[in-house]
Amino acid sequence: MLQDKDRIFTNIYGTFDKSLKGAMRRGHWNGTKGFIDKGEDWIIDQIKASGLRGRGGAGFPTGLKWSFMPKQSDGRPSYLVINADESEPGTCKDRDIMRNDPHTLIEGCLIAAFAMRAKACYIYIRGEYMREREALQAAIDECYEAKLVGKNNKHGIDFDIYLHHGAGAYICGEETALLESLEGKKGQPRLKPPFPANVGLYGCPTTVNNVESIAVCPTILRRGPDWFSSFGAENNKGTKLFCVSGHVNKPATFEEEMSIPFKEMIDKHCGGIRGGWDNLKAVIPGGSSVPCVPADQIINAPMDFDTLRGLQSGLGTAAVIVMDQSTDMIRAIARLAYFYKHESCGQCTPCREGTGWMWRVLTRMVEGRAQKKEIDMLLDVSKQVEGHTICALGDAAAWPVQGLIRHYRHEIEARIDEYSYRSDNDVVTDKQIMEAAE
Amino acid sequence: MTKLIIDDKEVEVPDTYTLLQACEEAGAEVPRFCFHERLSIAGNCRMCLVEVKGGPPKPQASCALGVRDLRPGPNGELPVVSTKSPMVKKAREGVMEFLLINHPLDCPICDQGGECDLQDQAMAFGIDKNRYEENKRAVTDKYIGPLIRTKMTRCIHCTRCVRFTTEVAGISELGLTGRGEDAQITTYLETAMTSELQGNVIDLCPVGALTSRPYQDTARPWELTKTETIDVMDAVGSNIRVDSRGREVMRIMPRLNEAVNEEWISDKTRFIWDGLRTQRLDQPYIRKNGKLVPASWSEALNAVATKVKAAKPSKVGAIAGDLSSVEDMYAMKQLMAQLGSANMDCRPVGSVLDPSKGRASYIFNTTIEGIEEADAIMLIGTNPRKEAPIINARIRKRYVEGDLLIGVVGEHMDLTYEYNHLGEGADALIQFANYGKIKKKKPMFIIGQGALNRSDSAAILANVAAAAQSMGALSDDWNGLNILHTAASQVGGLDLGFVPNGNGGKGGKDTKAMMKDMDVTFLLGADELNTHDMKGFVVYIGTHGDAGAHRADVILPSAAYTEKSGIYVNTEGRVQMGNRAAFAPGDAKEDWAIIRALSALTGDALPFNSLSELRAELYAEYPHFAELDAIAKGDIADVKALAKKSGKLLKSDLKSSVTDFYLTNPICRASKVMAECSQLAADEMKKAAE
Repeated sequence: MLQDKDRIFTNIYGTFDKSLKGAMRRGHWNGTKGFIDKGEDWIIDQIKASGLRGRGGAGFPTGLKWSFMPKQSDGRPSYLVINADESEPGTCKDRDIMRNDPHTLIEGCLIAAFAMRAKACYIYIRGEYMREREALQAAIDECYEAKLVGKNNKHGIDFDIYLHHGAGAYICGEETALLESLEGKKGQPRLKPPFPANVGLYGCPTTVNNVESIAVCPTILRRGPDWFSSFGAENNKGTKLFCVSGHVNKPATFEEEMSIPFKEMIDKHCGGIRGGWDNLKAVIPGGSSVPCVPADQIINAPMDFDTLRGLQSGLGTAAVIVMDQSTDMIRAIARLAYFYKHESCGQCTPCREGTGWMWRVLTRMVEGRAQKKEIDMLLDVSKQVEGHTICALGDAAAWPVQGLIRHYRHEIEARIDEYSYRSDNDVVTDKQIMEAAE
Repeated sequence: MTKLIIDDKEVEVPDTYTLLQACEEAGAEVPRFCFHERLSIAGNCRMCLVEVKGGPPKPQASCALGVRDLRPGPNGELPVVSTKSPMVKKAREGVMEFLLINHPLDCPICDQGGECDLQDQAMAFGIDKNRYEENKRAVTDKYIGPLIRTKMTRCIHCTRCVRFTTEVAGISELGLTGRGEDAQITTYLETAMTSELQGNVIDLCPVGALTSRPYQDTARPWELTKTETIDVMDAVGSNIRVDSRGREVMRIMPRLNEAVNEEWISDKTRFIWDGLRTQRLDQPYIRKNGKLVPASWSEALNAVATKVKAAKPSKVGAIAGDLSSVEDMYAMKQLMAQLGSANMDCRPVGSVLDPSKGRASYIFNTTIEGIEEADAIMLIGTNPRKEAPIINARIRKRYVEGDLLIGVVGEHMDLTYEYNHLGEGADALIQFANYGKIKKKKPMFIIGQGALNRSDSAAILANVAAAAQSMGALSDDWNGLNILHTAASQVGGLDLGFVPNGNGGKGGKDTKAMMKDMDVTFLLGADELNTHDMKGFVVYIGTHGDAGAHRADVILPSAAYTEKSGIYVNTEGRVQMGNRAAFAPGDAKEDWAIIRALSALTGDALPFNSLSELRAELYAEYPHFAELDAIAKGDIADVKALAKKSGKLLKSDLKSSVTDFYLTNPICRASKVMAECSQLAADEMKKAAE
């Protein structure tokens, strides 16, 4: 249970002054120069020691990622790119950071960019985030004015920060598609290798980090890696912003320590499940692209990367979507399938063709207008999409479907039976009507 | 070099190889749709998936993975790749199924049927049943020009066409719009593409989405006779394959020749074939009372012989046209020798090219492949995009690699790459004559026909040769002086000495002089002249009812390039032999045979009774014609000798000799397709001007 004194994002609800002055009063931008003076390697070591794992979904250790950047430039500049294209359905953590606590991000950008020897940072913000962009841009302007960033700033390093507004495509949250979009091209993922740390933005070494991963760094440095790693289970350290939506009494975004049991988290922050715990049906624990977990498996599970992977799901962005017994699981997943069909970039075959196929089959299954053998076929199609694509959107489209079939196959079968029963009886009725008419 | 194990076989390949190339090296067949050797890697069809052991537990796209990205095992074991494992088989079946679910499977009515990658690979790597029960996607067809027919429902989104047009052709007019299932290949607002190379997307398209519009629904690939031959639409000598059915040419496709056209051909080369069917001369004609009336061969030949015998030898001349083969011109030259005339020319009016100045003075010395080594190119009075699109594509290929300096003296034009404009008039060249060494190691100078037919052309040639010498473009292994010809016959004619006095005679007249003052003139397919001004009796030996035939007093119908075997020498000086794909229409005969028959009436018959006998004589006299697909190198001393000459350069603008790319010879002008393209291009120009 996280105490108020241990919160990194102290203004996540916008209760306090979000200007630079207000942020400084809450302790941000405190001692930043000192961290910079300690050098690049010290910062990376501290982040490594803290056990921070990327908050964008994949959970790759952040310090390790930074250390991939070249220590000696071969003439090309290095770039830090912040992925603020938060589009995963259910996820709404980064927008609160940018809207209400933007200085955590900007300070983090400076420190992270310094640590990876980047002279410029680009923040790629989601197209729909209008107010967030205004708030963040205002905060950046404040920092320029206060000489915290920019040329000849107080920290003694030249550092520029640019905010770029996307156009609202989900795929531009994929790191290489984001780079393409940032370069002004069509947002389609690149082939890897080469990885961005080698050939990234404009062909230069680039690290792409999630907003939250960067925003927590200054506080980690201020309070020390030991403080950060005192939260959470082994290998799943720190605090994390969770966004709970769906059938809870009070949906909310809140900061909590990693590995908090699901039940405790919901009871404490969200006022419990709508209709009581017996009414819980399933949870999608990490944003729309991870498979759902049925109630009995999730209730006592600690919310962290490794446990949820053990449940054949994932922590993802920690966007917890709670569904109670009133939910039509098939319809819910069919809606997600439509989302992925709509957002597939169309570049590579399995995703372009497979997402539409899965959506169409699921749409029929919602009605029950399908055959039982199609359930296995659907599973097979999802396996053919998974792992065969350029980027992870194919996986993201396949996993919810696989989760549905894994846990709710009986519901699909029941739906099909119901439909065929109904239609069989309809046929009889027709016959009777015909006979009666004769 | 990197070692790896592919399908239990150890191979060693260069570090720069991709896994797909390595697999091919190991003899493993890897299916692919989007990958193409000459285009950038897209990696989007996912057909070339292979299993890499020790890597992530998912198949990898072999086209996009470099062998140097493979990691050795923990104890330094070689990376292991499998192209036949169950995982790979399953993955390929999956991808193939995805490709086919929204493909219409209308193979029986598809022009690509029989030569379709999707068809072949579905047979080899797909599964036999269809599990997709939903409605298939339908996509509206797009208009992208008069040359390419689209059936976009068949498209599998490999984006080869998009990559070709942007990378090779250098136009960004074709693109993939929309996303996901709704992604479509189209041009902006469905306008026609403006590239001279757009036809190549037909070959690149692995399915029947982009097919040839003129060829649409006319033939099946298996019923066509395929003849490998040489193109004559420009002086590049593109290697082509002519597909014919019966006596009709049905289509023309490129052949691979790395040294000449790689695997591209221009639209003129590809779509000319309908011109081979219309406006053809299929029987001899004699002009009586101002009108051309059909005649028999003996009447026509006798009419010519009578006129020739009556004329003074010095008043008999021959002009060779752009499409003549070496054999045609050789036979004509022998005839002129028999008649005792030294009047003959194969060059355009006013040309200063002269075989007596050495071969290096009139060929593309650097060679087309050599363009890829060049680091600076100066274009003088030429628009290679119109005069030789294939060479322009080579220059662009080199340009895309970077670090290439391009200068232009002449018109402002869109060459699909950036250049520095150095001036419009020939006088802009003066500054370069004594420029001195430059930093670039392999500079090239390309002189077009637009700079060679002027009153100051001799000075231009001398000036450029001097510039080449002073800038260091002339060394033992680099000859930077290049003449870009536009006529397929030109270099062959110059090699033969088909120029005034070329047969050792005296007082020979050139084209310009012959047009003014001749009693009998033979036009050997020469149509690019102002024939109405010609004096005397005109004999036209040619294929189409064009400028020459309109003026002719006797027409002797001959065979077009697809209807005879002949040697052509391209602008590089490369000797290539074309083959007969079909027979000439009606009574038309091969040119050499007509000349041989005529020679029997005007004197002693020329000493050859067959083409092979003619060639034996030709080879004895000019041995380099026997060396097919080889270039007899020009002597660098000849260029240095050119540089010593001088003359005054005029201020007047240098202009390309080709004003309309689509209408440069009688076959083009008889082609409906070319007329449509020409009209479209003219409209584009008008629109741009507004």
